[in-house]
Amino acid sequence: MNRVLPFEWVAAVRFLREGHMQTMFIITGIAIGVGVIVFMSALLTGLQANFLKRVLTSQAQIQLLPPDQVARPLRFGPGVIESASIQRPSQRVVSIDQWPKIRDRMLAMPEVTGVSPTMSGSALAVRGDANRAISVSGVEPVTYFRIVRIPDYIVSGEARLSSTDILIGTELAKDLGATLGDKLNIQAASGASVVLTITGLFDLGNKGANERNTYVALRTAQSLLGNVGGVSTIEITVNDIYAAEVLAQQIQAANRVQADSWIKTNAQFFTAVQAQQTSNTLIRAFVGLSVAFGIAAVLVVSVIQRSKDIGILRAMGASRGQILRIFLIQGGLLGFAGSLVGAALGAGGLVYWHSMVLQADGTELFPLILERQLFVTTAVLATLTGLLAAMAPALRAAQLDPVVAIRG
Amino acid sequence: MAEEVLRLEKVCKVYNQGEPSETEVLHDVDLRLEKGEFLALMGPSGSGKSTLLNIVGLLDRPTSGRMTIKGEETDLLDDTEITRLRGHTIGFVFQDHHLISAFTALENVMMPLLLDRGFPSPAIRQRALDLMTRVGLEKVANNMATNMSGGQQQRVAIARALAMNPDLILADEPTGNLDSKSADSVFDLMREVNRESHTSFLIVTHNLDLAKRCDRIIDLVDGRIAG
Ligand SMILES: Nc1ncnc2c1ncn2[C@@H]1O[C@H](COP(=O)(O)OP(=O)(O)O)[C@@H](O)[C@H]1O
Ligand SMILES: [Mg+2]
Repeated sequence: MNRVLPFEWVAAVRFLREGHMQTMFIITGIAIGVGVIVFMSALLTGLQANFLKRVLTSQAQIQLLPPDQVARPLRFGPGVIESASIQRPSQRVVSIDQWPKIRDRMLAMPEVTGVSPTMSGSALAVRGDANRAISVSGVEPVTYFRIVRIPDYIVSGEARLSSTDILIGTELAKDLGATLGDKLNIQAASGASVVLTITGLFDLGNKGANERNTYVALRTAQSLLGNVGGVSTIEITVNDIYAAEVLAQQIQAANRVQADSWIKTNAQFFTAVQAQQTSNTLIRAFVGLSVAFGIAAVLVVSVIQRSKDIGILRAMGASRGQILRIFLIQGGLLGFAGSLVGAALGAGGLVYWHSMVLQADGTELFPLILERQLFVTTAVLATLTGLLAAMAPALRAAQLDPVVAIRG
Repeated sequence: MAEEVLRLEKVCKVYNQGEPSETEVLHDVDLRLEKGEFLALMGPSGSGKSTLLNIVGLLDRPTSGRMTIKGEETDLLDDTEITRLRGHTIGFVFQDHHLISAFTALENVMMPLLLDRGFPSPAIRQRALDLMTRVGLEKVANNMATNMSGGQQQRVAIARALAMNPDLILADEPTGNLDSKSADSVFDLMREVNRESHTSFLIVTHNLDLAKRCDRIIDLVDGRIAG
């Protein structure tokens, strides 16, 4: 017999071991429930992290626009959030009033980590017989690429932008039959046009963005869109991404601009996260309940089966407290063991799923994120659930009349 | 004068009091047991022998009357004190041995000590081993409790009853389920223990030959001590 464990622990382990069929079945049951929770939680964490990373490297956290121009995220069907690129009224490009002053004020704010003015508008890309409607963003590469990591998404060529260069998406290149080094004729609605050379092709991981988005030098866009010296947007990154909305409101209150945070433009994402979290919590609660009832059922039966043992233990001087603890520990152990097996199942399932389910280009659909905290929380909760579930059977065992129990 | 281990005065036990099924199982039972005494309790089935043993063993409480164990008034004790007194002064041997099947024979013998101390220790183990040797079972000490003959299991039960060095051992038909040879040897073992360690015994038996070898025989008839 173990030298360090208190007697109640030894007895609990022995009783569980002796009833190995019951023990195995209930541990399997708990493990399945816990496995589902671990799998689901880790998958959600991964998918969310993936989405966040994509959003935060392909979009500024705050955009300043001329007042009364409303930015809306692009949506491709109900519930599906695609890019958050912004469509403006196509004819008229309005500049932000006194934008250099606002830019300097933004740069002076301690919360702001990057500021980049851009000029964006609609245009037509023409090559031979083919033409496509596009959105032209004129950017300062040095500041802009720190906010939107176009260089990270370049699949061929480079993210170089002199005044005659243009970066286009892979889809647009396919549509126009164009490739690296080809020249495109870009025509603004006003009739102005410019011929630019494709220096880089990018893949933003989103068909719509790859079809429409193009990047040119700021000055090129300004003259093309007939607004020399103006900017339509100031892109901003901040140190605390979750404080972006509050900061945006402060900026809007203090300047003659409209400030939209990524939180606002991706409101649907946050609603979805909220909904997922709610359903996740519900599922956890119900799995927890069924685990609790399972453990309680097994222990109730065990108390009945062991009533003779309980009676003898009492006759040999066992206190009610000792009997209570023997059964509470069994509940806790079942919960704990089940959660270990379940965590292994869930994590194993996730690793398998992660390696099997890939995006079209063979890259992972979601990053594999297995936080230790998830396992610790799950194990603690499962153990507590086991203890709670064991409460009623354990009390029943402790209250057994030894005379009746021994008679059997 | 000899030291008194147990005294019952006018002990009554009524089951289902106040209900139509009310039965008085024990009626004004007076009983005294001295240290080292070896007593046989006889009587027809249903006469209240087991009930009396349960009351003496502090597993059940009398409906009325007084009981003292080693001079301690038991009806004044609360549940915790009862449990402690039971663990320290009384050992049980039941008819169908009642070893706990999840443990080895040795561990069953250690059990009363473990329940008292809380943790296993080499001293507890050694004491249990000594007791297993005492009942002649040191060779099978590590067998699972159920993996032994009926006579062996009853010897283990006796070793277990001795673990806390109790003042009184209560045995309810300890040889009832054994063949006559095993019954004899189990009875002899109890008698030996009684002589060596002056532990008092109160033994329920239907075997008149064995009863005659006790110090005293008490007859219980319809819940009253006869004679
Ligand atoms: N819990 C109980 N409730 C009602 N009657 C009981 C109970 N326990 C025992 N009895 C009755 O008390 C009487 C004595 O029982 P018992 O002490 O077991 O007798 P013995 O051991 O001498 O055969 C029997 O008639 C039995 O039916
Ligand atoms: Mg009986």
